Amino acid sequence: MEVPILKQGDILIATVQAALTDSDLLQLRRALVEKVVKARARGIIIDLTAMDVMDSFASRTLREMAHMIRLRGAETVIVGIQPDVAFAMVQLGLSMGGVTTALDLEEGLEYLHRRFTRMS
Amino acid sequence: MAAGVENEINVPIASDHDVVVARHKGRGLATELGFSASDSTLVATAISELARNIVLYAGRGEIVLRTTHNSNRPGVMVVARDKGPGIASIEQALRDGYSTSGSLGLGLPGVRRLVDEFEIVSEVGQGTTVTVRKWKG
Repeated sequence: MEVPILKQGDILIATVQAALTDSDLLQLRRALVEKVVKARARGIIIDLTAMDVMDSFASRTLREMAHMIRLRGAETVIVGIQPDVAFAMVQLGLSMGGVTTALDLEEGLEYLHRRFTRMS
Repeated sequence: MAAGVENEINVPIASDHDVVVARHKGRGLATELGFSASDSTLVATAISELARNIVLYAGRGEIVLRTTHNSNRPGVMVVARDKGPGIASIEQALRDGYSTSGSLGLGLPGVRRLVDEFEIVSEVGQGTTVTVRKWKG
């Protein structure tokens, strides 16, 4: 299941639409890290609203992805982690590390636009 | 069928795709039993971790899902079984931060926190069986 990546101005939006296997997650990471440079993106939003399980592999892969993207000069915001998923993550002992999170796509976009305004 | 066992689903595990299938079936079973969405997510997450351990350490194995009963409460029982290398020190494997595969090492201690009952039997060279139960809240 490939995750579609949309470009909106200098922001890339990846919307997870169904359960992802480990290889799907790695493929998403590869695609995003490549696309950041090609699209000259400054911000990336990963929308996890449809993700029903976040286990140790998924959260590690997303965390690493955000760090790689930061090294490429852009910022990642993870949005849409569902309350039940968040609860399970905490029980499991997982954290998103230093990765910025926001409630939903709208809040994520707002956050990035604020950041860009401050930086310019 | 053994007493108290009503339903059994066997999911062979050999790839990351099977991990998704197993957790999906586990969530379905929990939901069928009337588990809350939150508890069903805990069950699915535990299965995801256990199934991934099978792929990662043993290459292949199986996840068996069963409905079970504890006095008057229904529950989901998950058996994760493989004939992999086994775990030399279970005590160490149950400690947060321990891993032999370069992964996070949160696997087993994390799974233990997601469920109500947790048992592990492992023998080096023979394989590992992890059995967990979660009761309807």
